[in-house]
Amino acid sequence: MSIEIRNIEKRFGNFTALDNVSLKVESGELLALLGPSGCGKTTLLRIIAGLEQPDAGQVLFSGADTTHTHVSERQVGFVFQHYALFRHMTVFDNVAFGLSVRPRKLRPSREEIRERVMKLLKMVQLDWLADAYPAQLSGGQRQRIALARSLAVEPSVLLLDEPFGALDAKVRKDLRRWLRDLHHQMHITSVFVTHDQEEALEVSDRVVVMDHGHIEQIGRPDDIYENPATPFVTRFLGDVNLFHGRVDGGHFTHGNFAHALDDGAQAASDSAVAYVRPHDLDISRLAGGALATGSIEHIHAVGPLVRIEVAPDSGDAIEVALSKDRYRELGLMLGDKVFVTPKKLSVFVGAQDYAI
Amino acid sequence: MTFLAKRYSVLPGFGVSLGYAIFWLGLIVLLPLAALILKSSELGWGPFWETVSAPRVVASLQLSFGTAALAALINCVMGFLVAWVLVRYRFPGKRFVDALVDLPFALPTAVAGIALTTIYAPNGWLGQYLEPLGLKVAFTPTGIVIALIFVSLPFVVRTVQPVLEDLEGELEEAATCLGADRWQIFRRVIFPATLPALMTGSAMAFARATGEFGSVIFIAGNIPLVSEIAPLIIISKLEQYDYLGATAVAVVMLMLSFSVLFAINLLQWWTSRRHGMK
Repeated sequence: MSIEIRNIEKRFGNFTALDNVSLKVESGELLALLGPSGCGKTTLLRIIAGLEQPDAGQVLFSGADTTHTHVSERQVGFVFQHYALFRHMTVFDNVAFGLSVRPRKLRPSREEIRERVMKLLKMVQLDWLADAYPAQLSGGQRQRIALARSLAVEPSVLLLDEPFGALDAKVRKDLRRWLRDLHHQMHITSVFVTHDQEEALEVSDRVVVMDHGHIEQIGRPDDIYENPATPFVTRFLGDVNLFHGRVDGGHFTHGNFAHALDDGAQAASDSAVAYVRPHDLDISRLAGGALATGSIEHIHAVGPLVRIEVAPDSGDAIEVALSKDRYRELGLMLGDKVFVTPKKLSVFVGAQDYAI
Repeated sequence: MTFLAKRYSVLPGFGVSLGYAIFWLGLIVLLPLAALILKSSELGWGPFWETVSAPRVVASLQLSFGTAALAALINCVMGFLVAWVLVRYRFPGKRFVDALVDLPFALPTAVAGIALTTIYAPNGWLGQYLEPLGLKVAFTPTGIVIALIFVSLPFVVRTVQPVLEDLEGELEEAATCLGADRWQIFRRVIFPATLPALMTGSAMAFARATGEFGSVIFIAGNIPLVSEIAPLIIISKLEQYDYLGATAVAVVMLMLSFSVLFAINLLQWWTSRRHGMK
């Protein structure tokens, strides 16, 4: 089932949570809503679920207007950040809840319910915990039960609100992968909310980056990462170095250094910012093609990449990530005077500094 | 001996504070109870049985426990409703109503008794309209039940209220998403979650009501075999210097109260086990 969101507006008092948001979720895709807290992503998810009513705009499920359809009739599965399991029920009863509250005519028989619940519990690999109570489970187990519970009613849409937000790093990673595999098996249209860019980029088919109640960019994870559309997206998706300068005649000028731009059509401007990720920077002993110069202030050589901080004469320290081989080849030492060369940079003209 | 094993704690004074707590409980609670049982044992089994099986005593015990149970049951329903309204809705004067719930705690029970009698007496504010309808409240067991409802209401409200407040809205949203209607959400999600608190509150209300004296004696009329409560029997025996007879009745009350509380605690233990908390 596809979901279409048309010109949704939502205000809480003076605060605009969603400002004219439109979005289409294709049938069977796994879409991530990514953004900092307060960007409106959870509100949007709750509006899709019907837990919140928009002030204006429409929600369409498979082309049919569902804006005013009650939650219980939308056939959505909703997974909460804090699980929202029923504490007084066993794991089995939690998963069976959706089936057991159906009107008598539509309710499956006891045996059928039992069979379906056990099948779901096997799928989330927790069938051995059927008789346990939520209080006896770990966070990761609880969230898997919550997911099984929402899938029991065979929803046409699965919505997840920061599903891994309350879990620790290791469990998060396992569950992430597991959710992606599960989605591959079931192909149910899914939308999940997260503020963790790594999670969004790893799990989803497409990512929607949001900020201040509007959509900044929609695209495939690799596309968004490689070609961020706005300074905000660039900064939100990972560590980035900023170089303030000017654009004219197909060159970006920063201090005494100029760098030719691939995109020669960039409008000339006196205030431009170049964004370069640490791993898109190289260090050189020569000035050719450089963007800045400075002395090496710090070397952090743990892990697959060597992180080097270069302190320029003025401005913030520049962070460079080099491969181990390149680092050895250069034979860098603390205090060395070096040049920083960009392999790839995104220039935004007339952009103000975005704080995240 | 894991039972007495001392666990390491950052807070010192486990031994001292435990010892003091037990000493205090013993002094305040157990000592008088022990004295009571000891005193009544002076009576001997035959006279003891004779005293407590007298029709007036039996009737008064039945009345005391029957009315207390009824009052607790009514408060169980109405107290839950009051707590529900106080937690769920916003309305003008909510804080005032909230404070009002504690009034029975604070008010001297004799004052409550006089006030209730003034209202429900045959010539009282409400009594004069109820009398022609054949409803006698004051000087009947009905009046006793009303007085007991009054004094024990806060127990239910104040135990259920925090539990309802702590209930996450997400539980209801989850249930709605799964297709449950409002009644199903209440019956299958909210009510079971508050049940342990409701039982605790009702048990306390019952315990309070069985021992209530001040507010009841005014409205009860104290007619032997009809509206005479057990605590009053004890008082009247004391007034006739029948100390042993008084303690005998007191011991029976103690035993009954104790077994009722014990049964309720068992029930609570069972529900909390079901909730997977232990």
